[in-house]
Amino acid sequence: MSDLSDLYQEVILDHYKRPRNFRRLEEANRKAEGHNPLCGDEITVYLQLDGDVIKDVSFEGAGCAISKASASMMTATLKGKTKAEAKLLFDKFHKMVTGDRDSRSDPIGLGKLEVFCGVSEFPVRVKCASLAWHTLNAALEGKAEPVSTE
Amino acid sequence: MITPGRQITEEACQDCLVGFGNEKLRQDFPALRQKVRGKPLIYLDNAATSQKPQAVIDTIVRYYLSENSNVHRGVHFLSDLATQAYEGARIRVRQFLNATHDREIIFTRGTTESINLVAHSFGRSQLRAGDEILISAMEHHSNIVPWQIVCEEKGARLRVIPINDAGELILEEYERLVSDRTKLVSVVYVSNALGTINPVRQIIALAHRRGIPVLLDGAQAAPHLRVDVQELDCDFYAFSGHKLFGPTGIGILYGKTDLLEAMPPYQGGGDMISAVTFEKTIYNSLPYKFEAGTPHIAGAIGLGAAIDYVQRIGLDRIAAYENDLLAYGTELLSALPGLRIIGAAREKAGVLSFVLEGIHAHDIGTILDHEGIAIRAGHHCAMPVMKRFGVPATARASLAFYNTREELDALAKGLHKVIEVFA
Repeated sequence: MSDLSDLYQEVILDHYKRPRNFRRLEEANRKAEGHNPLCGDEITVYLQLDGDVIKDVSFEGAGCAISKASASMMTATLKGKTKAEAKLLFDKFHKMVTGDRDSRSDPIGLGKLEVFCGVSEFPVRVKCASLAWHTLNAALEGKAEPVSTE
Repeated sequence: MITPGRQITEEACQDCLVGFGNEKLRQDFPALRQKVRGKPLIYLDNAATSQKPQAVIDTIVRYYLSENSNVHRGVHFLSDLATQAYEGARIRVRQFLNATHDREIIFTRGTTESINLVAHSFGRSQLRAGDEILISAMEHHSNIVPWQIVCEEKGARLRVIPINDAGELILEEYERLVSDRTKLVSVVYVSNALGTINPVRQIIALAHRRGIPVLLDGAQAAPHLRVDVQELDCDFYAFSGHKLFGPTGIGILYGKTDLLEAMPPYQGGGDMISAVTFEKTIYNSLPYKFEAGTPHIAGAIGLGAAIDYVQRIGLDRIAAYENDLLAYGTELLSALPGLRIIGAAREKAGVLSFVLEGIHAHDIGTILDHEGIAIRAGHHCAMPVMKRFGVPATARASLAFYNTREELDALAKGLHKVIEVFA
């Protein structure tokens, strides 16, 4: 049976209570909104792109512990990364939280984000963990429409 | 009627508690006997859907085993049997609502379809540009969106009766909103998100003084309150089978004969006609005019069995027991640190909607689920209600007569654990 402490790890609770980069980014040149209609989570991701490099990234919004911590840790990880690196991380992260076997046995390069590994045992919470990433993806691609997890 | 939300006296309680919550009644519900995540299931999501008693399950099984046939069509034995059972269920519903005529009972897929039927048929044929439909600020999306669709099409306007901080309709505002432009008032009887029981008699009386018909969304009222549509004098009443311990996919629209007679069909097809040529179709009489195609026969018969079951217990006794349970749960939850109950109406039924400071409803739901406790976390298909109370979502424990004080104790214990995880 899945264990609650796999989901609500210390690091996750810490990022939920003290989210990093939780602000509006005045210098942002990309922005996207995302929401999860199932639970009412809402997020705005701000990006400051310098060519292909993510110079700065931040977020605002309201959500559950998983979605907020995921957004917080995502922004902390992405600073200085290129667009291509960010997309690769998203792909790996998505595979990890959806329980893709290959990535679980070999979660290279996810670093601290591996703390979200336990989400795969809670299928209804996968959308919470991936909302920020889907929204980031929309911001990277310059989509105008808000992202919905439905 | 029992006043909900009020602590009932010890003497009255002794009587109403007989058989309730204890093993005898719970034994009727096989789903309640299981364990989930290694713990005995504590099912507190009854406003979403209720569990089904064995009597309902048996009725549906028997139908498919030995009565299955199409209705109103065959001359053969089984078709007659199925037709009798199906029409028998209509009579049970008519008696349950104390409607005057069987023809006023229309089988639909559920409350949502019932409201859509009225919006599309009554709305499209009656609304003109500038007309208004009146709903309340505590409606489920199913009593908002159908009206938005028809209002947009007709250039009509949807107006909203506001609610106060306790989650009660502001009747003075309602009085101000009702005008000669109002063509229909459509309000919820019992709110799924707040538990508020609306003063529907006053709402109906006021509308009727101006000759405006009233639709009641009875989805949440059906399993908690005895309803008499003649006494209420509502013009339409909608409810779902699955919240009343019956199957999913079956619901009811009650409508007064003269209104239904004047309304055009909602859907076309078999059974709703009396004669078809390529030039012209003559529609069938009520209620069949509104029942196109093969209906959910098993569902209707199952709903009939659910009504029989509920009536054997008695809705007044159910309401009395649940009031006691609600008062107990309200006191228990209010004592938890950082917990705020959303919806404190004086007249309330079966719903404990709440938020915990600094903890999202979704996290509450996941942690309680690990204790075998099923609650709902989210906006409860009532996003405007969440906005009104300034919360993104609430956690909601909703009661049925098979729930017990012990289960609410377990809920409180589970919530302590939630608070611990986030401490």
